[in-house]
Amino acid sequence: MTKITYIEHNGKEHTIDVQNGLTVMEGAVQNDIPGIDADCGGSMACATCHVYVKDDWYDKLDEKSEGEDDMIDQAYEPKKNSRLSCQLTVSDKIDGLVVHLPEKQV
Amino acid sequence: MIKTDALIIGAGPTGLFTAHQLKIIGLDCQIVDNLDKIGGQCIELYPDKPIYDIPAIPECTGEELTQNLIKQLKPFKIKFHLNERVNEVKKNNNNWEVKTSNGTKFSTPNVIIAGGVGSFEPRKFSLKECEQFENKSIFYSIKDKKIFEGKTVTIFGGGDSALDWAVELSKTSKVNLIHRRDEFRGANSTVDKVHELTKSGKINLFTKFQISEIKGTSYLESVEITHENKEVKTLKTDYILGFFGLIMRLGPIANWGLNLNKKTIEVDTEKFETNQKGIYAVGDICTYPGKLKLILSGFHEGALAARACFKLARPNEKYRFEFTTSSKTIKDRLGVKSD
Repeated sequence: MTKITYIEHNGKEHTIDVQNGLTVMEGAVQNDIPGIDADCGGSMACATCHVYVKDDWYDKLDEKSEGEDDMIDQAYEPKKNSRLSCQLTVSDKIDGLVVHLPEKQV
Repeated sequence: MIKTDALIIGAGPTGLFTAHQLKIIGLDCQIVDNLDKIGGQCIELYPDKPIYDIPAIPECTGEELTQNLIKQLKPFKIKFHLNERVNEVKKNNNNWEVKTSNGTKFSTPNVIIAGGVGSFEPRKFSLKECEQFENKSIFYSIKDKKIFEGKTVTIFGGGDSALDWAVELSKTSKVNLIHRRDEFRGANSTVDKVHELTKSGKINLFTKFQISEIKGTSYLESVEITHENKEVKTLKTDYILGFFGLIMRLGPIANWGLNLNKKTIEVDTEKFETNQKGIYAVGDICTYPGKLKLILSGFHEGALAARACFKLARPNEKYRFEFTTSSKTIKDRLGVKSD
């Protein structure tokens, strides 16, 4: 189990134990954390699982896969530290990851 | 007022196969979709991506699947109402009265919602002030490019729509093109063209910039853009165009008195009927214990919903189950020869 902290736009924090191998998106959806829609179900075909990765974590994550930035172009208010949470696989390496959720997804 | 046995909302794979099932059992139907083409998410989100889990089709793309479904519907003349969004569904005695964004009206005992994750709409600027200029100085699609002649147009986005319009409008307008990063997701040839036009001064390109403010009173005057490193620029502009792709919204469906669970509609697993008699939901938009969001599940759900429609469309007839391999009636409907 790996601890992931999701911080809603209103500041509400949720720290969840997520099973390794799931994605950060799945961790949010399975635990009913509001603010992650994941309309396409994780196929990188929408941008509704968009998160802002806390700065000191951004460089520690695996690099974006091909096409992820293309989808982030279509997200709500993308920033430099934007990622799609369906592309972040949970492992011991990211234990303690903090992601901020945007104001909305659509 | 168009009368039909069943109205299908959504022309994605589930909607198309549901139409097939309705026609096979002798009911007529019409299909409404908010997009300008048939195929739903398969066409809009992943036309070129291969799908591997359609039974008996080892591999096909979203576009191929759509083409095959259209081919399967060919024996039946089905009326499609594209570019129309269903806005209203109201009960009138035993029928549902349905009204679209174009004012088309239907009267039908059966409404089948095969709406995927809702209707596709352009993503808009998140700046609140942009709303008051929408369709006056700020556009998310172009109907008449003549209005931009001799004007300054500021285009936001990095995909094909943004790049194509930047190239096209640079012939007759002063064009600013703004994108949040250095890479573009448009076709390589168009990206090259944009860089060429930037070099020759026909396009003013600003990358790693995003919109931060707009100024104007009755008409738009300028737009302020901010760089990743916080540098701010103000550009005088007559028009702003935003091309950020499409988002999916449940939209008016939320107002039809249906039991919703997050963004999905609750149905039973016998008829795929909602809490409203005669309104069904099939495909990705429906939910029930064990629901799988697979195209094949949508096909099954549509087949059962179609049988449920029979009862309301032909209250005085009894539905008879028949196979396409052996039924003469079905073969006649398909226009194929019986043995």
